[in-house]
Amino acid sequence: MHDNSSDGVQTRPGHVLGDDIIVIKNIYKVFGNVMAVCGFSLNVRQGEVVVVVGPSGSGKSTVLRCINHLEVPTEGAIYVDGIHLEDEKTNINAVRAEVGMVFQQFNLFGHLSVLENITLAQRLVRKRTTQEAERVAMEQLERVGIPEKARAFPRQLSGGQQQRVAIARSLAMNPKIMLFDEPTSALDPEMIKEVLDVMLDLARGGMTMVVVTHEMGFARSAADRVVFMDQGCVVETASPRTLFNDPQHERTKLFLSKIISH
Amino acid sequence: MTGEVQTNLQIGEDGNGRFNVRGFPWWLVAIIGFLIMMFLLIMTNPDYNRAFNFIKGDFGGIEGLQDSGIAGFIGTGIAITIYTTLIAFAVALVIGLLAGLGRVSTNVFVRNIAITYIEFIRGVPTLVLIFTVAYVIVPPVSEMLGFSGQSISNNSRGIIALSIIYGAFLAEVFRAGIESVPLGQTEAARSLGLNGRQAMRHVVLPQAIRNVLPALGNDFIAMLKDSSLISVLAVRDITQMARLHAGSTFRFRESYLVLTFLYLSMTIALSLFLRWYEKRLRQNAR
Ligand SMILES: Nc1ncnc2c1ncn2[C@@H]1O[C@H](COP(=O)(O)OP(=O)(O)O)[C@@H](O)[C@H]1O
Ligand SMILES: [Mg+2]
Repeated sequence: MHDNSSDGVQTRPGHVLGDDIIVIKNIYKVFGNVMAVCGFSLNVRQGEVVVVVGPSGSGKSTVLRCINHLEVPTEGAIYVDGIHLEDEKTNINAVRAEVGMVFQQFNLFGHLSVLENITLAQRLVRKRTTQEAERVAMEQLERVGIPEKARAFPRQLSGGQQQRVAIARSLAMNPKIMLFDEPTSALDPEMIKEVLDVMLDLARGGMTMVVVTHEMGFARSAADRVVFMDQGCVVETASPRTLFNDPQHERTKLFLSKIISH
Repeated sequence: MTGEVQTNLQIGEDGNGRFNVRGFPWWLVAIIGFLIMMFLLIMTNPDYNRAFNFIKGDFGGIEGLQDSGIAGFIGTGIAITIYTTLIAFAVALVIGLLAGLGRVSTNVFVRNIAITYIEFIRGVPTLVLIFTVAYVIVPPVSEMLGFSGQSISNNSRGIIALSIIYGAFLAEVFRAGIESVPLGQTEAARSLGLNGRQAMRHVVLPQAIRNVLPALGNDFIAMLKDSSLISVLAVRDITQMARLHAGSTFRFRESYLVLTFLYLSMTIALSLFLRWYEKRLRQNAR
């Protein structure tokens, strides 16, 4: 499965992958009479960047949400950093503090300033002092390039700026893993790049990332592997170059022809 | 519970700042006209003046309140109406918040307790509930808590009744407020590692409360009006004072017009403040 050899090394020089940090074992998820995910397995290694693509409704979001337990798989098991999420004794809040999630709709807290958005969980979950939390917050705002917006409120920011704040908010928790669910899909075209640049930077820095996106440029330059999903299952997994240039399955070809045509 | 007429325009202006005949709040002119007319009557007509002084409570309200400065100034009748409303509303806010949280709880037991309370109260007329709470529920409960059933004044019973009744209404307001906050807010909070309570307290509730402030304002006005019902417990609020005055002098018109004047001036002032506040909220939201 780990065919990140040539492409991975080429696009991400000096990049060494560690042990499996996410292990997804044959999960199923049923909503009413909809089978959203059926028999999905995936191992992600420390430092690896996995991009998940697939048609709308193919279960990408559901898989991602299972990884931080926002959804509970109907069957199967997920281990994050060796911890079994579905085990009742697992302290899920402790696991979530290690797994950042970035949503399509940003989901910034509307009643809090940018700075407060970033310090809230640091103070409540990481138990940092306000001073320490604000220092970390400013560091992360510098990293995503908008330190001057610290005192602004989310509604005063553009979509691209809001998404960068959302990324900074997750990063401030010093997570081991970052999950992205179509982070640029709700953005105007001119704002997509500023968000992708932040994500690329993160990937180059060695962050373990699982990214649902249709940005093929991002996948090509950042992904170690691309997973193509359809109807709740993995159809094929390959390096971005192999998957985009030489897909093995008809369904993959069909899907790629649709998204590349526009 | 809201159902207010809403207008984005400055009073009496169209969008361009010009005088607008159709948008002008003639209704407000009419109401203020009535209030001014009543004011002049009270100042000049001895019968209205007597009714006013009696109802506002210069002549004997409840012991204790008479001596306090503010009651001496505005009159004990008005003081009782206002402080009954304020205390009952404050308690109702606490009950309503707890019941509203219970209403959205995932715990089946807690949720059903909350729903039982809310539906029970909503299914019984306010006046009937005031009698029931004051005479049927308060005595045994206070005895259980170690007071004699008689030691609780009728005014306190009225306040307890109004609190319990409005707690159920406010629970529904808080529930609607909580549900108006998008699920993504909770998910973002939980995905950062906040537990359910922390997400509710630090992320959902602050936004929910901001969303329901106008509705709470309307319920405060409704509570001010419904405080008149505790006059059936012989509490000497302005309604009871008006009934006493009418009964002893047979000046029905003067008594009830003055009473109407008193309520309307309080509710109109509150409602204008609320409109202004809502408008400010909408402008800030942009
Ligand atoms: N909370 C839910 N309730 C019911 N059905 C859902 C829910 N979430 C997702 N689904 C269904 O599961 C399927 C997969 O959804 P999703 O994971 O969001 O797909 P994708 O992210 O690939 O577009 C879809 O058919 C969707 O309608
Ligand atoms: Mg999706």
